[in-house]
Amino acid sequence: MKYITEFRSKEIVSRLADQIRYISKRPVRFMEVCGGHTMAIRKFGIPSLLPDNIDLLSGPGCPVCVSSNLFIDKAVAYSRLDDVIITTFGDLIRIPGSTSSLDNEKANGSDVRMVYSTLDALNVARKNPDKKVIFLGIGFETTAPTSAIAILKANAENLENFFLYSSHKVMPPAMEALIDEGVNLNGYIAPGHVSAITGSGIYKLIPDKFGLGCVISGFEPVDLLQSIYMLVRQYETNSPKVEIQYKRVVTPEGNVKAQAIMNEVFELRDDWWRGLGILRNSGFGLRKKYERFDAEKMLDVEVEVTVEPKGCICGEILKGVKKPSDCKLFGEPCSPANPVGACMVSNEGSCHAYYRYNE
Amino acid sequence: MCLSIPAKVIEINGEMARVAVGETIVNASLQMLDDVEIGDYVLLHTGFALQKISAVDAAETLALFEELEEINKKMDQEEQDKLA
Ligand code: SF4
Repeated sequence: MKYITEFRSKEIVSRLADQIRYISKRPVRFMEVCGGHTMAIRKFGIPSLLPDNIDLLSGPGCPVCVSSNLFIDKAVAYSRLDDVIITTFGDLIRIPGSTSSLDNEKANGSDVRMVYSTLDALNVARKNPDKKVIFLGIGFETTAPTSAIAILKANAENLENFFLYSSHKVMPPAMEALIDEGVNLNGYIAPGHVSAITGSGIYKLIPDKFGLGCVISGFEPVDLLQSIYMLVRQYETNSPKVEIQYKRVVTPEGNVKAQAIMNEVFELRDDWWRGLGILRNSGFGLRKKYERFDAEKMLDVEVEVTVEPKGCICGEILKGVKKPSDCKLFGEPCSPANPVGACMVSNEGSCHAYYRYNE
Repeated sequence: MCLSIPAKVIEINGEMARVAVGETIVNASLQMLDDVEIGDYVLLHTGFALQKISAVDAAETLALFEELEEINKKMDQEEQDKLA
């Protein structure tokens, strides 16, 4: 397939690996903060192509994993209301909350529907005027504009039964918080599809304030190795900066139209991240003028007391201070078929990726 | 969640398009983009075209690795010069 096959070329991959080996002199640790990168790095076995002095870590890039159990618990509580239809991307259905999951509620008769796009969620609302249709908005700057578009459409149509329950988050505060906390890092493999929307400016503080390199990477083996090469070069020449490897998709200014849509609908608010706690201005809430579509403001529901799974060290893993293999529950009893924590359920979770690609 | 794939635009009807992902044809909203034309490649994410894919930049990225070899050689040379 175009734009995929050529970026998997075995020949280029092995030559890039040689070049990295050639220029990399000192031990380094690079972190990726995008679930898509976590998956790709494991799937293509990127660590096995690198010299021993280069260590790759996974950070807080799995949106489902960094969100609180409270998010699932509240979605479960909404789903139990008679007049509510929950619409969501498939990723969330199997995530365990404190005592239940959406999957479980669906089996018990709740109306929980998987949608492919926020436009499908709007359709469900149009077709069911006597029900309240809640879309579970999760994800970073890549997915937030698609929720924003749904809100603008609902507003234009005066669709009174469509609601967004937002757990949308923004990436830079988490990247900065990790460095602040003293996680041992020498550079970031920055998220490609978040940056396609935001542009490269959002990472400016990482080299300027923290002195770390930052390369925005694509998702194919050639992309990832080239990004690692660029990070090693920055490190070895002591010239940290923001560079774009994923030039075919990411520009310095990003998708300005999508940014405007996001800005129109959302405002920044403090938000809680698993492993990092509450981070200032790290989440997206609906602006006051779109309040009537805000599930949290408009729909009251009682939520059970949140309990985090016992023994699960997802929080430490999301910070890159522990690896999935450090968890006593990894593999047995915790596996994709019988997940204990969110990091094992979501395709983008580190535990899932480690388990699936057998590290 | 941020998973996105390249897709080729084959039909445009207002703000919606039909796009090909390999052999599969799906709908995509063009609401986030201006000036999309039939034949363009876009990055498809949950039913939305997020960004156009630049053929020129893709070719440049693939060519870059040749350049890296050049840079390596140059660095080598500089190091040797320093030692000499
Ligand atoms: S292996 Fe399971 S229990 Fe352990 S950190 Fe990962 S998700 Fe949590």
